[in-house]
Amino acid sequence: MTMLWWLVSVVLLVNVLVGLAFVTTRKGSPDALLSSLLFGTAGVALTLTVGQALGQPRAVDIALVFALLTAVIGVAFARKGWMSR
Amino acid sequence: MPFIDIISGLLLAAGLFFFTAGTVGLIRLPNLYSRLHALTKADVLGLGFTVLALVPQTQNWVEVFKLLLMWILVSVSGATVCFLIGDRARRHDAETEEVPHR
Repeated sequence: MTMLWWLVSVVLLVNVLVGLAFVTTRKGSPDALLSSLLFGTAGVALTLTVGQALGQPRAVDIALVFALLTAVIGVAFARKGWMSR
Repeated sequence: MPFIDIISGLLLAAGLFFFTAGTVGLIRLPNLYSRLHALTKADVLGLGFTVLALVPQTQNWVEVFKLLLMWILVSVSGATVCFLIGDRARRHDAETEEVPHR
Protein backbone atom coordinates (compact mmCIF):
# COMPACT_ATOMS: atom_id res chain seq x y z
CA MET A 1 0.00 0.00 0.00
CA THR A 2 2.91 2.36 0.72
CA MET A 3 4.08 1.86 -2.84
CA LEU A 4 0.66 2.93 -4.11
CA TRP A 5 0.78 6.17 -2.10
CA TRP A 6 4.23 6.95 -3.54
CA LEU A 7 2.98 6.20 -7.04
CA VAL A 8 0.04 8.58 -6.58
CA SER A 9 2.43 11.24 -5.24
CA VAL A 10 4.61 10.95 -8.32
CA VAL A 11 1.63 11.30 -10.67
CA LEU A 12 0.43 14.38 -8.74
CA LEU A 13 3.93 15.85 -8.92
CA VAL A 14 3.98 15.30 -12.69
CA ASN A 15 0.63 17.13 -12.89
CA VAL A 16 2.05 20.12 -11.00
CA LEU A 17 5.23 20.16 -13.10
CA VAL A 18 3.27 20.06 -16.36
CA GLY A 19 1.18 22.99 -15.09
CA LEU A 20 4.32 24.97 -14.23
CA ALA A 21 5.88 24.16 -17.61
CA PHE A 22 2.69 25.44 -19.26
CA VAL A 23 3.01 28.77 -17.45
CA THR A 24 6.52 29.35 -18.79
CA THR A 25 5.10 29.24 -22.32
CA ARG A 26 2.54 31.95 -21.46
CA LYS A 27 3.33 35.62 -21.07
CA GLY A 28 -0.01 36.76 -19.58
CA SER A 29 -0.13 36.94 -15.80
CA PRO A 30 -3.61 35.35 -15.32
CA ASP A 31 -2.24 32.00 -16.45
CA ALA A 32 0.48 32.21 -13.83
CA LEU A 33 -2.26 32.36 -11.23
CA LEU A 34 -4.01 29.36 -12.77
CA SER A 35 -0.85 27.35 -12.24
CA SER A 36 -0.68 28.50 -8.63
CA LEU A 37 -4.28 27.33 -8.21
CA LEU A 38 -3.26 23.96 -9.64
CA PHE A 39 -0.31 23.93 -7.27
CA GLY A 40 -2.74 24.72 -4.45
CA THR A 41 -5.16 21.85 -4.93
CA ALA A 42 -2.65 19.31 -6.26
CA GLY A 43 -0.12 20.44 -3.63
CA VAL A 44 -2.60 19.74 -0.84
CA ALA A 45 -3.25 16.27 -2.27
CA LEU A 46 0.50 15.75 -2.70
CA THR A 47 1.19 16.67 0.94
CA LEU A 48 -1.53 14.25 2.08
CA THR A 49 -0.32 11.32 -0.02
CA VAL A 50 3.36 11.81 0.85
CA GLY A 51 2.39 12.09 4.53
CA GLN A 52 0.44 8.85 4.23
CA ALA A 53 3.35 7.13 2.46
CA LEU A 54 5.77 8.24 5.19
CA GLY A 55 3.30 7.39 7.96
CA GLN A 56 3.26 10.97 9.26
CA PRO A 57 -0.22 12.06 10.44
CA ARG A 58 1.10 15.62 10.95
CA ALA A 59 1.01 16.07 7.16
CA VAL A 60 -2.74 16.71 7.50
CA ASP A 61 -2.00 19.90 9.48
CA ILE A 62 0.55 21.03 6.88
CA ALA A 63 -1.97 20.43 4.10
CA LEU A 64 -4.58 22.43 6.00
CA VAL A 65 -2.21 25.42 6.19
CA PHE A 66 -1.42 24.98 2.51
CA ALA A 67 -5.13 25.11 1.64
CA LEU A 68 -5.54 28.31 3.67
CA LEU A 69 -2.57 29.98 1.93
CA THR A 70 -3.91 29.04 -1.51
CA ALA A 71 -7.20 30.78 -0.75
CA VAL A 72 -5.38 33.94 0.39
CA ILE A 73 -3.09 34.00 -2.66
CA GLY A 74 -6.01 33.75 -5.07
CA VAL A 75 -7.97 36.57 -3.46
CA ALA A 76 -4.88 38.80 -3.16
CA PHE A 77 -4.02 38.30 -6.81
CA ALA A 78 -7.53 39.02 -8.04
CA ARG A 79 -7.62 42.29 -6.05
CA LYS A 80 -4.10 43.67 -6.47
CA GLY A 81 -1.88 41.71 -8.78
CA TRP A 82 -3.60 42.11 -12.10
CA MET A 83 -1.04 43.47 -14.54
CA SER A 84 -1.98 44.66 -17.96
CA ARG A 85 -0.45 42.69 -20.75
CA MET B 1 -4.88 -6.89 0.25
CA PRO B 2 -7.44 -5.74 2.84
CA PHE B 3 -10.84 -4.54 1.72
CA ILE B 4 -10.16 -1.02 3.04
CA ASP B 5 -7.05 -0.71 0.87
CA ILE B 6 -9.01 -1.71 -2.23
CA ILE B 7 -11.57 1.03 -1.53
CA SER B 8 -8.75 3.55 -1.02
CA GLY B 9 -7.08 2.45 -4.24
CA LEU B 10 -10.25 2.86 -6.28
CA LEU B 11 -10.92 6.33 -4.81
CA LEU B 12 -7.30 7.33 -5.47
CA ALA B 13 -7.62 6.24 -9.09
CA ALA B 14 -10.73 8.42 -9.45
CA GLY B 15 -8.91 11.34 -7.81
CA LEU B 16 -5.92 11.02 -10.12
CA PHE B 17 -8.24 10.87 -13.12
CA PHE B 18 -9.81 14.21 -12.20
CA PHE B 19 -6.46 15.84 -11.39
CA THR B 20 -5.12 14.73 -14.77
CA ALA B 21 -8.29 15.98 -16.46
CA GLY B 22 -7.74 19.38 -14.81
CA THR B 23 -4.14 19.58 -16.01
CA VAL B 24 -5.07 18.52 -19.55
CA GLY B 25 -7.82 21.16 -19.49
CA LEU B 26 -5.33 23.82 -18.37
CA ILE B 27 -3.15 23.05 -21.37
CA ARG B 28 -5.72 22.32 -24.05
CA LEU B 29 -8.65 24.70 -23.48
CA PRO B 30 -8.77 27.84 -25.62
CA ASN B 31 -9.30 30.81 -23.26
CA LEU B 32 -8.89 31.95 -19.65
CA TYR B 33 -12.51 31.37 -18.63
CA SER B 34 -12.67 27.75 -19.73
CA ARG B 35 -9.21 27.05 -18.28
CA LEU B 36 -10.36 28.53 -14.97
CA HIS B 37 -13.44 26.33 -15.12
CA ALA B 38 -11.42 23.17 -15.79
CA LEU B 39 -8.95 23.87 -13.00
CA THR B 40 -11.25 24.90 -10.18
CA LYS B 41 -13.93 22.25 -10.75
CA ALA B 42 -11.95 19.19 -11.82
CA ASP B 43 -9.14 19.69 -9.33
CA VAL B 44 -11.45 20.24 -6.37
CA LEU B 45 -13.27 17.02 -7.30
CA GLY B 46 -9.92 15.21 -7.58
CA LEU B 47 -8.93 16.48 -4.14
CA GLY B 48 -12.29 15.32 -2.81
CA PHE B 49 -11.66 11.77 -4.04
CA THR B 50 -8.11 11.82 -2.63
CA VAL B 51 -9.43 12.94 0.77
CA LEU B 52 -12.09 10.20 0.65
CA ALA B 53 -9.34 7.67 -0.13
CA LEU B 54 -7.46 8.82 2.98
CA VAL B 55 -10.48 8.61 5.29
CA PRO B 56 -10.49 4.76 5.63
CA GLN B 57 -6.77 4.90 6.54
CA THR B 58 -7.17 7.28 9.48
CA GLN B 59 -6.75 6.25 13.11
CA ASN B 60 -9.32 8.49 14.83
CA TRP B 61 -12.23 10.81 14.14
CA VAL B 62 -10.24 14.01 14.60
CA GLU B 63 -8.25 13.23 11.47
CA VAL B 64 -11.44 12.52 9.51
CA PHE B 65 -12.81 15.86 10.68
CA LYS B 66 -9.62 17.67 9.61
CA LEU B 67 -9.63 16.01 6.18
CA LEU B 68 -13.26 16.88 5.51
CA LEU B 69 -12.72 20.42 6.81
CA MET B 70 -9.82 20.80 4.39
CA TRP B 71 -11.89 19.67 1.44
CA ILE B 72 -14.73 22.06 2.36
CA LEU B 73 -12.21 24.90 2.70
CA VAL B 74 -10.61 24.15 -0.68
CA SER B 75 -13.94 23.84 -2.48
CA VAL B 76 -15.33 27.08 -1.05
CA SER B 77 -12.12 29.02 -1.71
CA GLY B 78 -11.79 27.48 -5.18
CA ALA B 79 -15.27 28.62 -6.16
CA THR B 80 -14.66 32.10 -4.69
CA VAL B 81 -11.29 32.56 -6.40
CA CYS B 82 -12.76 31.31 -9.68
CA PHE B 83 -15.50 33.94 -9.48
CA LEU B 84 -13.07 36.73 -8.50
CA ILE B 85 -10.63 36.01 -11.31
CA GLY B 86 -13.38 35.57 -13.90
CA ASP B 87 -15.06 38.81 -12.83
CA ARG B 88 -11.77 40.70 -12.91
CA ALA B 89 -10.89 39.30 -16.34
CA ARG B 90 -14.30 40.26 -17.71
CA ARG B 91 -13.99 43.83 -16.42
CA HIS B 92 -10.44 44.05 -17.74
CA ASP B 93 -11.64 42.95 -21.19
CA ALA B 94 -14.51 45.45 -21.08
CA GLU B 95 -12.19 48.35 -20.15
CA THR B 96 -9.49 47.67 -22.70
CA GLU B 97 -11.86 46.39 -25.42
CA GLU B 98 -9.23 43.92 -26.45
CA VAL B 99 -9.92 40.40 -27.56
CA PRO B 100 -10.85 38.22 -24.58
CA HIS B 101 -8.03 36.60 -22.64
CA ARG B 102 -6.39 33.84 -24.59
